[in-house]
Amino acid sequence: MNQFDYRKLWLYMLLVGFAVFYLMPVYVLLATGLKSLKDVSVSTMWLLPTHPSFEGFEGAVKKLGPNLKNSFMLVIPATLISAFLGSINGYVFSKVRFKGDNVVFALILFGMFIPYQSILFPLIRFLQWVGLYNTIGGLILTHVVYGIPITTLIFRNYYMEVPDELVEAAHIDGAGLFGVYWRVLMPLSIPAFVVVVIWQFTNIWNEFLFAVTVTSSPVKQPITVALVNLAGSQVVQWNMQMAGALLTALPPLLIYIFLGKYFIRGLLAGSVKG
Amino acid sequence: MRRNRGVGLLVVLPSIVAIAIFVYGFISWTVRVSLSNYNSFSSLLRGVYRFVGLRNYYRIFSDWRFQTDLWNTLFFTLFFILGTIAVGIVLALLIDSRIRGVKVFQNIFLFPMALAFVVTGTTWGWIFNPGDFPKDPMGVNLLFKQLGLSHLQWGWYTTTGHIGPFNIALIPIIIAAVWQLSGYAMAMYLAGLRGIPNSIIEAAKVDGATPWQLFWKVKFPLLKPITLSAMIILGHISLKIFDLVYAMTGSGPNNVTDVPAVYMFELTFRANRYALGSSISIIMLVMVAVVVIPYLFYSMRQQKEVRL
Repeated sequence: MNQFDYRKLWLYMLLVGFAVFYLMPVYVLLATGLKSLKDVSVSTMWLLPTHPSFEGFEGAVKKLGPNLKNSFMLVIPATLISAFLGSINGYVFSKVRFKGDNVVFALILFGMFIPYQSILFPLIRFLQWVGLYNTIGGLILTHVVYGIPITTLIFRNYYMEVPDELVEAAHIDGAGLFGVYWRVLMPLSIPAFVVVVIWQFTNIWNEFLFAVTVTSSPVKQPITVALVNLAGSQVVQWNMQMAGALLTALPPLLIYIFLGKYFIRGLLAGSVKG
Repeated sequence: MRRNRGVGLLVVLPSIVAIAIFVYGFISWTVRVSLSNYNSFSSLLRGVYRFVGLRNYYRIFSDWRFQTDLWNTLFFTLFFILGTIAVGIVLALLIDSRIRGVKVFQNIFLFPMALAFVVTGTTWGWIFNPGDFPKDPMGVNLLFKQLGLSHLQWGWYTTTGHIGPFNIALIPIIIAAVWQLSGYAMAMYLAGLRGIPNSIIEAAKVDGATPWQLFWKVKFPLLKPITLSAMIILGHISLKIFDLVYAMTGSGPNNVTDVPAVYMFELTFRANRYALGSSISIIMLVMVAVVVIPYLFYSMRQQKEVRL
């Protein structure tokens, strides 16, 4: 073996070592989730089930099914509305401009960094006042509003790259503000829409703090809250809990698997988790 | 385009108003509550606002549990940022070697980013559940036993052990957080590494730089802006960390894994001590603002585009 092969061997060993660390929880999720309750005896935790059972999954689906549905009812409208809002805002902040727009943009942007704890109590009071407390609608409103900074940012950055000449040309052809948006920018911004939709979908799906405070009754809560409650509500059935975790993880995971490229782009486009 | 400006402003006005109310208005409201006597449900119902000055802040800062929270946040932030950045750089360098099959590994390292913190917390909570060791160990402790390494067993996130003010029960949470976010750091560094002109690398090699020198003297300094971004982003995540801790451990025995966000949540939504809870959330806001605002100014001045 020459020097070069040693280097490669080392690299692969390190890569595999890290991969084991990253995949280990997935293994544990599957190994535990696929055991029947009586097989979840603690001593076989690290072994694959000898008799794979869907008992855990059945239990998890039965318990979390309604919340899974809540999550979809929340995430789909919230994502679509915030993508639309973000694109129209991004257009104005990049191409139309107005006096003081940079300051306003910075003030908007700060909204995505704040710990939401600092607005939580007033938000709840406000939602109670307008009758949206403990409703999916209240959560949709919340996510749309607090999604404005990040979606505006991604679209603004994207539209910055579109040459001004293109917009000018459309204006000369007689297109107004909406004409330019509809005929020039919208068709160009499909990739940005994909990035934002994936980003918002994943974040809203995964969100917990708003979910646990805005929706108080279990039948209204999204799946993240139900998953946490699953652990607290009974003698911990590990198989069901792991199956529930897998169920909660699945939709964003599928997006990552099939649309990973756009997911990463969203991450790097100005992304913050949490 | 001048004639469009009025219309443009009109189009973004709803968003501006929404942010003005939901961010700045609500923050002011929280500040107002934090300066009030709203520390029970009945006081809120009566709605008689009594200004008490900084009394709630005074109380919370002299609260032993909150002091523990601040220490926990400090150490969590420190080790979480260090761990995530270190692992992220190593992963980025490994992937950047471009040997065959790295793409698969890249995807494996990044997938935890797609998961909810509560999923991470639930799963790692099970992995690090110490069980009734040494008799009836669970999770990693069980693995230790089965590998004949029983002497390595410890209480993980249930232990009250500490090194100075650092509660070692935080270690499992830090591991879970690094697991979740190091792929993200990797992606950032990878983008940075790929942006380094080849000519610079080649020049350094011609000058006889070893791989070690190449990294520390050439690549790492060039990646400084990325390290700064990563530190800011990870730092502000860890200052407000909630779901991961809440799902994984809660506040733990003697509050060894408690953080301000958990305490705030319990005070406000479980104990109805709204004013005290609000004062914690304002303290959190100040901590995040101190980290983020200078950075926002810096990056907006540096380039027209804001890349975070």
